Amino acid sequence: MSELKLNPYFGQYGGMFVPQLLVPALKQLEAAFVDAQQDPAFHAEFQQLLTEYAGRPTPLTLTRNLSPNPLVKIYLKREDLLHGGAHKTNQVLGQALLTKRMGKKEVIAETGAGQHGVATALACALLGLKCRIYMGAKDIERQQPNVFRMQLMGATVIPVTAGSGTLKDAVNEAMRDWSATYETTHYMLGTAAGPHPFPTIVRDFQRMIGEEAKAQILKAEGQLPDAVIACVGGGSNAIGIFADFIEESGVRLIGVEPGGKGINTHQHGAALSTGSYGILHGAYTAIMQTTDGQIEESYSISAGLDYPAVGPQHTHLQQIGRAEYVAINDDEALAAFQLLAMKEGIIPALESSHAVAHAIKMAEAATEPMVLLINLSGRGDKDLSHVHSVLAAQQQGAE
Amino acid sequence: MQRYQQMFQRLSDEKRGAFVPFVTVGDPQPELSFQIIKALIDGGADALELGIPFSDPIADGPTIQNANIRALAAGVTPAMCFDIIKRIRAYDANIPIGLLLYSNLVMAKGLDTFYATAAAAGVDSVLIADVPLSESKMFRQAAMAHNIAPIYIVPPNVDDDDLRAIASYGRGYTYLLSRAGVTGAETKAAMPTAALIERIRAYNPAPPLLGFGISSPEQVRAAIDNGAAGAISGSAIVNIIEQNQADPALMLSKLQQFVSEMKAAS
Repeated sequence: MSELKLNPYFGQYGGMFVPQLLVPALKQLEAAFVDAQQDPAFHAEFQQLLTEYAGRPTPLTLTRNLSPNPLVKIYLKREDLLHGGAHKTNQVLGQALLTKRMGKKEVIAETGAGQHGVATALACALLGLKCRIYMGAKDIERQQPNVFRMQLMGATVIPVTAGSGTLKDAVNEAMRDWSATYETTHYMLGTAAGPHPFPTIVRDFQRMIGEEAKAQILKAEGQLPDAVIACVGGGSNAIGIFADFIEESGVRLIGVEPGGKGINTHQHGAALSTGSYGILHGAYTAIMQTTDGQIEESYSISAGLDYPAVGPQHTHLQQIGRAEYVAINDDEALAAFQLLAMKEGIIPALESSHAVAHAIKMAEAATEPMVLLINLSGRGDKDLSHVHSVLAAQQQGAE
Repeated sequence: MQRYQQMFQRLSDEKRGAFVPFVTVGDPQPELSFQIIKALIDGGADALELGIPFSDPIADGPTIQNANIRALAAGVTPAMCFDIIKRIRAYDANIPIGLLLYSNLVMAKGLDTFYATAAAAGVDSVLIADVPLSESKMFRQAAMAHNIAPIYIVPPNVDDDDLRAIASYGRGYTYLLSRAGVTGAETKAAMPTAALIERIRAYNPAPPLLGFGISSPEQVRAAIDNGAAGAISGSAIVNIIEQNQADPALMLSKLQQFVSEMKAAS
C-alpha cells in the first residue's frame, strides 16, 4: 500500500494503532488532507465559513476584574463566542469539507459534553451531510440541552451504555461503526487524539486560535504573553492555541487537566499527570490504566474533559519540556466558573473553568508583572443545570 | 509455532481443513473457562484462538464485548489467563494455541516480558487486533525472539504491496477477514471468492484461515471449498456460553457438540 505522506508520530508518541481494515480509510483521509492543504480553493472556502458562518476572528478580552493581583493582566481568547458555543466548530467545518472532497455523504462522531456533537451536527446541516453521533448514556443525562440541539439540527444521537457510558465508550462505538462503514462514511473525530492523521488534522484546523490570539495580544500589549493556558481533555483547544506559540520559547505553555476529586483518588481525568503510557484509541500516548494495561475510567465534573487519554502531541510536548501540565480539581473549577461570571459577566464552560482556575492561582502567586492568555474554549450555557444541581446539593449539605 | 506447521501437514495428509474455535479466556469465570476450552479440544478443535479480556475491545461486536465484560467482572487478569493456558497446554501438548488480544495488554509489562510469558505458557501465536502491518515491526521482532508466530490479518480490501509484506512477515497462519466491521454472528461472513483466495495464496503466505461471521458448518465447508485452509468461529461459540451460564454441564456438552459439527464440515 502507498506510504504515508505525513509523520504519524510526535517524537515517540502517536501512531496508527487500528485494525488493519481501517488503515486504507486513514490513508485516504491523510491524502485528502494533504491535497486540501495545497489547494487555495479549499482554504478560501474554509476561511469563508469561519468568517461568515462561525464568526471568526473571535475577540481577545482583557479582563477588568478577574485578576486578584494588580501585577497580572489576564486575557481571554473568546472561543465561547464562536457559533456553536465552543472552539469545536472550527475543526468540524474543516473536516466536513474534507468529507465532501472524499465524496463521502455520511458522518459519524463521538461526543462527551455534547459540544463536538453539536458542532458536527451544525456542520452537517450546513453542508448537507447525514450524521449520527455516539454519546455515552451518562453524558446524555448530564447534557440534555446539547442532545436536543443535535436533534434539532437533524443528527441522530445514539446512546452508548457499554463501559462507563462516557466519552471513551462513545469513541469505541464510533470506531466499531466506522470499521463497517468507512467506504461511505467519514469518522469526524472530535479532538486532537486518536490514530494518525487525526491529531495533525485537528491541530491544523484549530491553529487559527493561536494565530489570531498572537496577533491580537501583540497589538494590545506590544509583547507576547508570559504564559498561554488552556484546559486539556483530548487536547484540541489547547493544541489549537499552543501551536503558533511552540516556536516562541519565551512563552510558557500550560495545559490544565481535570483533577476531578484529586489526582491521588483515581477519580480524575489527568492522564498526563499519571506518568503512564500506553495505547488507547489508535495512539501511543499518556493514558490512565491499571498495571495490567486495562484502561481506567476517568472522572471529571466536566463531561468534555472526562477522558482517560490525551492527544499524542501533548505527551510529546510534556516529554521534551516544552509544555507543562497541571491539574485543577472539581471544586477549584466550580469556583472559577462562578468567579468569572461574577467578575466579568461571562459564564464559561466547566472545561474552560479549569484553565481560568489555574490562571488565578498563577496570578495570586505572581511577584512580577505578568501577562496571561487563557483559551476560553467554550461557554457555560450547557452546564447551567448541572452546576445548579451541584451547588444546590452543596448548600443542602452545609445546612 | 512449529505446532501450526505440524497441524497443517496433518490436515493436508487427511485432505481436510482446520476448524479453530475462539473463546475469551476467563469467561464467564476462570475454572469454568478451563472446562470450556477442554470441551473445545474434546469436540475436535484443530487449534485454539484465545482472547485475553480487555476493557476496550474496539474490533469486537456485542457478543465478544460481553465475554470481555463477564471475565473482567469475574476479576480475570492476564496472569490468570496464562495460568489457564498452561493447564490447557498440559492437557494437550500438540494443539496450536493462538492469542488474540489488544495492543495495550501487550505493552503494559513490556513486549519482551509479554512474549516470554506467553511462550512459557505454551502459546504458539499472537494476533494483536489493533496493530496493523505498518505498526507491527517491534511486536513481530519480540514475537520471533520467543519463537511465537506473529499473525497478520488480510482484510477484503487488501492490496498487493500489503499481501507481499504479510506473506514475508507472517508465520503460523494468516487471518483472512471475511468482511468489514467487527466480530459477531449477527453479520454473516461474506464468502471470499475462490479467485480472491487464489490471488492471496499466490504470494505464498502462511495458510489462510477465514474468520468473522462464521457460525455454521455450511460456511466452514464453503470456506475450505473456496481455498481457505480452514475457518475460525468465535461469536457463535461465545453465544453458547452466554446462553447457558445457568447450566454449566449443558453448556459444556453443547460446546463440544457444536465444535464437532463444525469440525465434521472441515
